[in-house]
Amino acid sequence: MTPATTPDQLPALEALPDLPRDDDGPVFREPWEASAFAITLELHAAGHFTWDEWATTLSQQISAAQAAGDPDLGNTYYRHWLAALESLVTTKALATPEALDLRAQDWVRAYRSTPHGHPVKLKTG
Amino acid sequence: MAHDHHGDEMTEPPSEMALRVQALESLLVEKGLVDPKALDVIVDRYENRVGPRNGAHVVARAWTDPDYLERLRADATAAIAELDYTGRQGEHMVVVENGPKLHNLVVCTLCSCYPWPVLGLPPAWYKSSPYRSRAVIDPRGVLAEFGTMLDEDVEVKVWDSTSEVRFLVLPERPEGTEGWTIEQLIPLVSRNSMIGVEKARPATGAAA
Repeated sequence: MTPATTPDQLPALEALPDLPRDDDGPVFREPWEASAFAITLELHAAGHFTWDEWATTLSQQISAAQAAGDPDLGNTYYRHWLAALESLVTTKALATPEALDLRAQDWVRAYRSTPHGHPVKLKTG
Repeated sequence: MAHDHHGDEMTEPPSEMALRVQALESLLVEKGLVDPKALDVIVDRYENRVGPRNGAHVVARAWTDPDYLERLRADATAAIAELDYTGRQGEHMVVVENGPKLHNLVVCTLCSCYPWPVLGLPPAWYKSSPYRSRAVIDPRGVLAEFGTMLDEDVEVKVWDSTSEVRFLVLPERPEGTEGWTIEQLIPLVSRNSMIGVEKARPATGAAA
């Protein structure tokens, strides 16, 4: 299966004015940020939401955080990104908030029961 | 220093944000809504976008500033933090220096420990099982595949990254770069040269 998002089919990143980027494109501070970015691109490419919907959800999230006192120095950008993505995923009924919480807890248990260096495998339930 | 064990300790979960992304990704993959390979392709495209330039800055500084080099040898974590490159998985850095008769190669045989504050996201080949196993058994073969040919009398040392220690290779400064500034040197320091699968880029042909 080829990826739905190819380099020349990047959605309109300029619709996201605060996106941390340099001349060559987006930049990330931590690997999870790149993963959150990739999930968003893939869900969009698969037609689960339009890029306008995404940009709106993200900017609402950022405005809400700013209203709550976030200094918005760029280092929290992907926190807002992830919160917006979770919100859109649940609004679109792709997953429930409860399922996301449970799954995160499952991962914590999986990490804590795996010796370091071994692949961490998910044990759900 | 012991560098050949990963210990028996359990795995510490990543940050809350990383866990939430992992929860989201695994649920969406399970439901067939996203393809994990497609995500890898996108992330790999940006693997150069996080930080190899940070590591290149450290290397270029060490090439040009003998005092900094000394501090880097004594306590790499602190010397790297001087340049503001800190973060998870970069807490215990050790710099290994290449020389005319010594070439260093970094691997993580058991997983994919990687100093991403200085090198960015690990490339897919670094995480691959063939690289992880062959880097130890046949380092010269691995180097040859990257086009890196070493003389017979050059010793190759392989360093196994662990949860406690992350290695950064200090490549040899290319010939013909005397008097170059840090800014001129940084483009010569490739990510691969800091993992040790290649040498730093030659002075010729570089954008000086």
